[in-house]
Amino acid sequence: MQFRHEFLEKNAILLLVASLLTVAVGGLVEIVPQFFIENTIEPVKGVRPYTPLELAGRNIYIREGCYLCHSQQIRALRDEVERYGHYSLAAESMYDHPFQWGSKRIGPDLARVGGKYSNDWHFAHLRHPQAVVPESIMPRYAFLEETPLDYARIAADLRTDRAVGVPYTKEDIANATADIEAQTNADANHDALLKRYPKAVIVPSNGRTISEMDALVAYLQVLGTMVNFADTSEEQLQR
Amino acid sequence: MSEALAAPRAAVVYNDDVVKKFIIASMFWAVVAFLVGVFIAAELSWPALNFWPPYVNFGRIRPVHTSAAIFAFGGSALLGTSFHVVQRTCRARLFGGEALANFIFWGYQFFIVMAALSYVLGFSKSREYSEPEWHIIVWLVIVWVAYLVAFTGTLIKREEPHIYVANWFYLSFIITVAMLVIVNNLSIPVSVFAAKSYSAFSGAQDALVQWWYGHNAVGFFLTAGFLGMMYYFIPKAANRPIYSYRLSIVHFWSLIFIYIWAGPHHLHWTSLPDWTQTVGMAFSIMLWMPSWGGMINGLMTLSGAWDKLRTDPGLRFSVTAVGFYGMSTFEGPVMSVRTVNALSHYTDWGIGHVHSGSLGWVAFITFGAIYYLVPNLWQRTGLYSNRLAAWHFWIATLGIVLYITAMWVAGIMEGLMWRAYDAQGFLQYSFIDSINAVHPLFIVRWLGGVFFLLGALIMVYNLVMTVRSPRTAPGRAERFAAPLAAAAGE
Repeated sequence: MQFRHEFLEKNAILLLVASLLTVAVGGLVEIVPQFFIENTIEPVKGVRPYTPLELAGRNIYIREGCYLCHSQQIRALRDEVERYGHYSLAAESMYDHPFQWGSKRIGPDLARVGGKYSNDWHFAHLRHPQAVVPESIMPRYAFLEETPLDYARIAADLRTDRAVGVPYTKEDIANATADIEAQTNADANHDALLKRYPKAVIVPSNGRTISEMDALVAYLQVLGTMVNFADTSEEQLQR
Repeated sequence: MSEALAAPRAAVVYNDDVVKKFIIASMFWAVVAFLVGVFIAAELSWPALNFWPPYVNFGRIRPVHTSAAIFAFGGSALLGTSFHVVQRTCRARLFGGEALANFIFWGYQFFIVMAALSYVLGFSKSREYSEPEWHIIVWLVIVWVAYLVAFTGTLIKREEPHIYVANWFYLSFIITVAMLVIVNNLSIPVSVFAAKSYSAFSGAQDALVQWWYGHNAVGFFLTAGFLGMMYYFIPKAANRPIYSYRLSIVHFWSLIFIYIWAGPHHLHWTSLPDWTQTVGMAFSIMLWMPSWGGMINGLMTLSGAWDKLRTDPGLRFSVTAVGFYGMSTFEGPVMSVRTVNALSHYTDWGIGHVHSGSLGWVAFITFGAIYYLVPNLWQRTGLYSNRLAAWHFWIATLGIVLYITAMWVAGIMEGLMWRAYDAQGFLQYSFIDSINAVHPLFIVRWLGGVFFLLGALIMVYNLVMTVRSPRTAPGRAERFAAPLAAAAGE
C-alpha cells in the first residue's frame, strides 16, 4: 500500500485535478460557512440600503480609488475606538457590494466619518484638502464639483444591487431619480425620502446642476451613522 | 556505435518565438511598472504632483502600478518562462501551434493595456489586485483558458516520462489563478453595455472572498509561478541537479495546500468572525515551513557551485532572490500573528513587506531568468557586459534596502503613534502628525524606487546590446548536427 508520487508525475491530468482539489479545501472550509453561520452578522437595527444619491456617491468613491488610502473598518482595539468611534460591525457593511474596508491608511479611517463634519467642510476639503489641513497629502477633487452627476439610469443600479441581495423595494426603484432630486433640494418635501431611508443627509445643490461632489458628500455623511449604539446591547454584538 | 549515435531522438524545434516576445514584453512592462511606482511614491512625498486630476490622481494610478508590476511584468515573465521550461523539460514543441501561442501573447497584452486604460479613465471594481471591470475579466479568463490548454497540452504530448517539478508549480499556478479570478469576480453587470457591475458578495463575506483571492494572488501568481522559475533556472545556471527530490514533493503539496487558508490574516480584529481570523493566522504560521523548505531546496542546489556567484551575474540575482524569499516568508507569518498585526496592519510596514517580496523575490528571480535566457535564445555566448549586470545587481539591491528599511521605520512609527497615549490618558497624536512624521521616510522610499528603476534601465540597455551584438553561439540545429558529423567522420 505504498503511495508512489511517480503516479502523479506521469499523468498531467491527474496532477492538474489533484492540485486543484488540494487548493479547493481551504476556501471551502473558510468561506462557505460564512454564508450559513447565523452569527456572522450581528442582529442590530438601523442598517438600510443606500439612498440612490449615496449609492451614486459610493460608486464615485470606488471609481476614484479612495479605498486605497482610507479604510472603512474600525478594529476592535482601544486606540481605534477612541480615535474613530465604535468598532465596525459586520452588519454595517452587509449591503456593501463590494465592501470598502480597505487595507492601508494613508489617510484616516472613514467608517464613522458621517456627521463629524459639515457638508461645507467636506466641499472645501474635497476641493482643496490643503486649504483645510495644510499638511495633507490628499489629491484635489475639485473636478467632482464641476462634473454633473449622471443619474438618468440610477434605477438600473438599484435593480442590480437588488439582484445581488440588497432589499430595495419596487417603490425604491421607481422613485430612484426623484429621490436623488429630493436629497439635493433643501426646499423639497423629504418625508417620503426619509421614510424610505432614515438618517439620509440632505446635500443641497442650491439650484446648481447636481454634481458628483454632492453625491460623494451624501455618501460620506451617512457612513457609520445607521446603527444607533445607544439602543444596542452588548448581547447583540457578542458572537 | 555509430548506429546509436546516428539515430538520436529527432531534434524538437521549440517555439522560441513566443518566449522571446514575452521576454521583451516583460522588460517593457518592468520599466513601466517601476516608473509608475516611482511616480506615485513621489506623489505621496510631494502631493502637488497630482497635477492633472482626475487622471494622475494617486487613487487612479496606484492600480496601474500594481497591475503593471504583478500582471504585466510578472505575468509576461511567467507565461514566457513557463513556455520555455515546459517545452524543454517535456522535449516537446508547444501544444496548439503558432496560432494559439500568438493568441495567448497578444490576448494577454491586450488585457494589460485595457486594464491600465480603464483605471485611468475611471473604471474600477475596487477589489485590490483585481480591479478591472467584468468585460476585461471575461477576456482575461478566455486568454487564461487558452494558456491552460497550451501548457497542459504540451505536458500531455511530452516525450519525457516524468513531469519535471518546475511544471508542477507552473500548472498549479495556472489552475489556481483561474479558480481565484473566477470566484473573486462573481458579479452582476448593470447591463450588457455598461462597464459597472455589483459584486455577488457583500461586507464581511466579500472581504473574505477578496482576501482569499488577494493573498493567493501572492501565493500562486507571485510565489508558485516564480518557484517554477526557481526550480528550472537555478539548476540550469548552476549546472547542478535540484538538491532534494523528496523535499520538492513535500514543498509543492504542503505549500499549495496551506497557502490558500492564509487570507483572513488580512482581516485581523475586523468584523470578520474571530474563528476565521484564528484559522487564517494558524495556517499563516504553518506556511513558514514549506516556504523555507523551498528556500533550502533552492539554495542547497548550489552546493559545490557557489563559486559561480562570482562569474554568473544572472545566478547572483536568482540566489539573492531566494534569500529575499526566505526573508519575506518569515516576515509574513510574524505579521500574521494577531498581536503583531494590531500594530502593523494599515501601516507602511505592509507596503515594505510586499516590496521585499516583489522587488527582492519576484523581480530578482525574473532578472536572473532573463539574464540567462536572452543570450541563450538569441544565440550569444554571453551577455554584452557582465560588468553592467553587476552594476544593475548592486544598484537594485541598494534600492531594495533603502525601500524596505524606510517602510519598516515608517510603518512601526505609524503603528506606535496611532496607539500612543499621553500622561492624561488621551491619544497623543492626531492622524496628520503621523503623516508629517513619515515624510522623510517617504522620500527615502522614493529614492529606493529610483535606484531600482535605474538598475532596470541598465538591464534593458545591456540586453539590447546583447541582442544587437553579432551571433556568437551555434544555433540549436547546428549543435545537434555537430556530434553527428563527428561520428560519421570516425
